[in-house]
Amino acid sequence: MSRHLISLALLTTALTACGTPPNDLDRSLRHSSTQGRYVVQMDPPAAGPAVNQIHAWQIRLSAPDGTPVRHARIAVDGGMPQHGHGLPTRPQVTREVADGTYLMEGMKFSMTGWWEVKLAVQAEPGADTAVFNMVVDTAGVQR
Amino acid sequence: MSSPTAGGTFTFGATLGLALVCALFLLTGFTWGDGWTADDKAVLASMSLDRLPPAPRDPSNAVEALPAAAALGKRLFADVRFSRNQAVSCATCHAPDRQFQDGLPVGQGVGSGSRRTMPIAGAAHSPWFFWDGRKDSLWAQALGPLEDSVEHGSNRTRIAKLLQAHYKPEYEALFGPLPDLSGLPDDAGPQGNPAERAAWQNMDVARREHVSRVFAGLGKAVAAYERTLGPGEARFDRYVRAVLAADPVGQQALAPQEVNGLRLFIGKGQCATCHNGPLFTDQHFHNTGVPPRDPARPDHGRAAATAKVQHDEFNCLGAFSDAREDACQELRFMVSGDPALEGAFKTPGLRNVALRAPYMHAGQFASLEEVIAHYVQSPAAAVGHSELAHEGKGHAERRPIRLSASEARDVAAFLRTLSGPPPSLD
Repeated sequence: MSRHLISLALLTTALTACGTPPNDLDRSLRHSSTQGRYVVQMDPPAAGPAVNQIHAWQIRLSAPDGTPVRHARIAVDGGMPQHGHGLPTRPQVTREVADGTYLMEGMKFSMTGWWEVKLAVQAEPGADTAVFNMVVDTAGVQR
Repeated sequence: MSSPTAGGTFTFGATLGLALVCALFLLTGFTWGDGWTADDKAVLASMSLDRLPPAPRDPSNAVEALPAAAALGKRLFADVRFSRNQAVSCATCHAPDRQFQDGLPVGQGVGSGSRRTMPIAGAAHSPWFFWDGRKDSLWAQALGPLEDSVEHGSNRTRIAKLLQAHYKPEYEALFGPLPDLSGLPDDAGPQGNPAERAAWQNMDVARREHVSRVFAGLGKAVAAYERTLGPGEARFDRYVRAVLAADPVGQQALAPQEVNGLRLFIGKGQCATCHNGPLFTDQHFHNTGVPPRDPARPDHGRAAATAKVQHDEFNCLGAFSDAREDACQELRFMVSGDPALEGAFKTPGLRNVALRAPYMHAGQFASLEEVIAHYVQSPAAAVGHSELAHEGKGHAERRPIRLSASEARDVAAFLRTLSGPPPSLD
């Protein structure tokens, strides 16, 4: 690793270690999955979510052309990258509430700050993952 | 996760650079006057008692908000007749005039326990109870010690009969008619000694269920009482209110040393990573390498408790719960089987912490200074793995806690600003 790269890595680490999320953090709640197989949209609950309160999200899964993707299995993982800990609960996608729209229950943010939510999607087009950055404050997820 | 270390030199450089950049970052962010940035103020506000919402409703306890239940619970809480030696009540260890704790390294009931008595004020905000979270409601928690051989040491039929003898009208007003307890053995229960367990097994299934329901009702009344106990306002809260109002006179509520301790607490001391929110706890479980009280019998903490709460007959999904299944979210979506739970214990809240030495889950440390020294030393865990970062390894994102001797004193001074009046004793 060149000296410059080390300096850059150091700066990035230092800033994130100070507790403020990186400025260039992608906070979008709708984007393509890692390999481009799906477009994934995360819909937060209408109110909040409040810190330390279990709540549900909806996940909208579609093909790149916008067609809803049905019968997917979606596993949820995540945590706080700046604190090195995972989610305080084990959220699950419990059912498909409409074509390509899935209910993710059991979500909880135990503190304010930057949370990562990782989805592992398995459906007919193939396996793929999607990662969402959520910056939670007392008013809910910042947009 | 491992740090991107390429040897000791890089690690040292990284740590030094990190500290410098952090310092620079904090300095340039200052708003002169009160010395706190907008981000800092948001953190301070989030820890203020003004931000504590009402305790969440417990759907598994239908009487939790009834004053009559709290009144009954308060009497039950102090009643020594529910113990084997007629000398121990809930209030023996959870002494109302001592922050509802006993000041001892481990609880002393009819025998000696293995963990530190926990305080009760604000407990209703937690989804999990005991140091390892082996209970999922205040009422289920309250039942545990009654049947524990070293706490109250009593048993289920004896407790049901005592309730019938001494609290029948109050109990029936809340829970309906008591079942017929005639002909039942005086001493029988699923957690008792071999004779008591055998007597319990010999009871008819329906009568066991009746007795367990009476027992659960006792817990629900005690929980209704405990729910009324919250922490009082501390100097810290008055300080935060003054900071948010840009009131320099009000900010004198804290001395400069205490303010510095607060800055370290939310900054490089990283205490607020887990000790956050108005109760100074994330209500979660962490392994921070606290040495076991008895090295020959290491305590596995949360890892050994998830199966217990999952199979607890008094949990939110059980027959004695008043909740619908879909209301039992914490239990349904509980994390289990995660290696991080090995040797992990619940983050204790820090309100009134200075008033209740000794510290940690088995009273391992006698003073706040010893606790802070532990976090600076961050020894390896005897069971599982400590989350605390070490030089050259650990999380890339979490840094080792580095505090000078005077900074450690400042953090201790800050912690003493979290003391407030005791919970209501009326």
